[in-house]
Amino acid sequence: MAEYYSSFERGNWRWLLQRLTAVFLIGVLAFHFMLLHFVNHAAEITFMGTQARMSQVGYFATMVLFLVTATFHGVNGVYNALINQGLTGTRKAAVKWILVIAGAALIVQGIRVAVAMTNLL
Amino acid sequence: MSQTYDRGPVEDFGRWREFSAGMWAWIFHKFTGWVLVGYLFTHIAVLSTATAGGTVYTETIRGLESLLVVRILEVGLLAVAVFHILNGVRLLFVDLGVGLESQDRSFYASLVLTGAIVVASVPTFLAGAF
Repeated sequence: MAEYYSSFERGNWRWLLQRLTAVFLIGVLAFHFMLLHFVNHAAEITFMGTQARMSQVGYFATMVLFLVTATFHGVNGVYNALINQGLTGTRKAAVKWILVIAGAALIVQGIRVAVAMTNLL
Repeated sequence: MSQTYDRGPVEDFGRWREFSAGMWAWIFHKFTGWVLVGYLFTHIAVLSTATAGGTVYTETIRGLESLLVVRILEVGLLAVAVFHILNGVRLLFVDLGVGLESQDRSFYASLVLTGAIVVASVPTFLAGAF
């Protein structure tokens, strides 16, 4: 019997990043829901209100970091799930690059949107 | 000393009647993860209306929020997100070597707490929808 159970694999940086992003996302996702559903009701969101929030440097940086970490956590989670289902070989390599491109495209588009929401530039 | 754990062929959903709490937690975490990553892409697509101008953005959000089905789906999204967060905390603790012995009870606690938070949030999410 092991002293404790852990899914850790030595040298696996994706394992570590999945957990570090998880810790960050726990707080930021809860904050995001609270701010945009309870403090500000989703039905009352306007561009002016969004622009006022996104034009604060700290909030903007937090949202961009939220986008990057959520994209990594989600795309890496999908990759892990497919490997669990038995994905190997050429298909694994193809799926990996499709996910890398989809994730990178989402981050680029998300940053374009974030900039469009500000009056910082 | 840590040790990896062979959870067996949990992917064989045909034997779901035999599933233990930990296996249900694994399935729910995967399911909620798929929903959340799918929603992330959809969310950025909707928010992309901001690049077409402030009026288009505001009208798109107002239009979507006026639909009852969207409000109900948002409650579903909250349920999925809250469960994924709470079960994720449970998984982080287990990876740190805390709470493996009570992992079934912490799964049930995640479910109950998710239910309580979602039920308490329904009035806020559906306000003005009718």
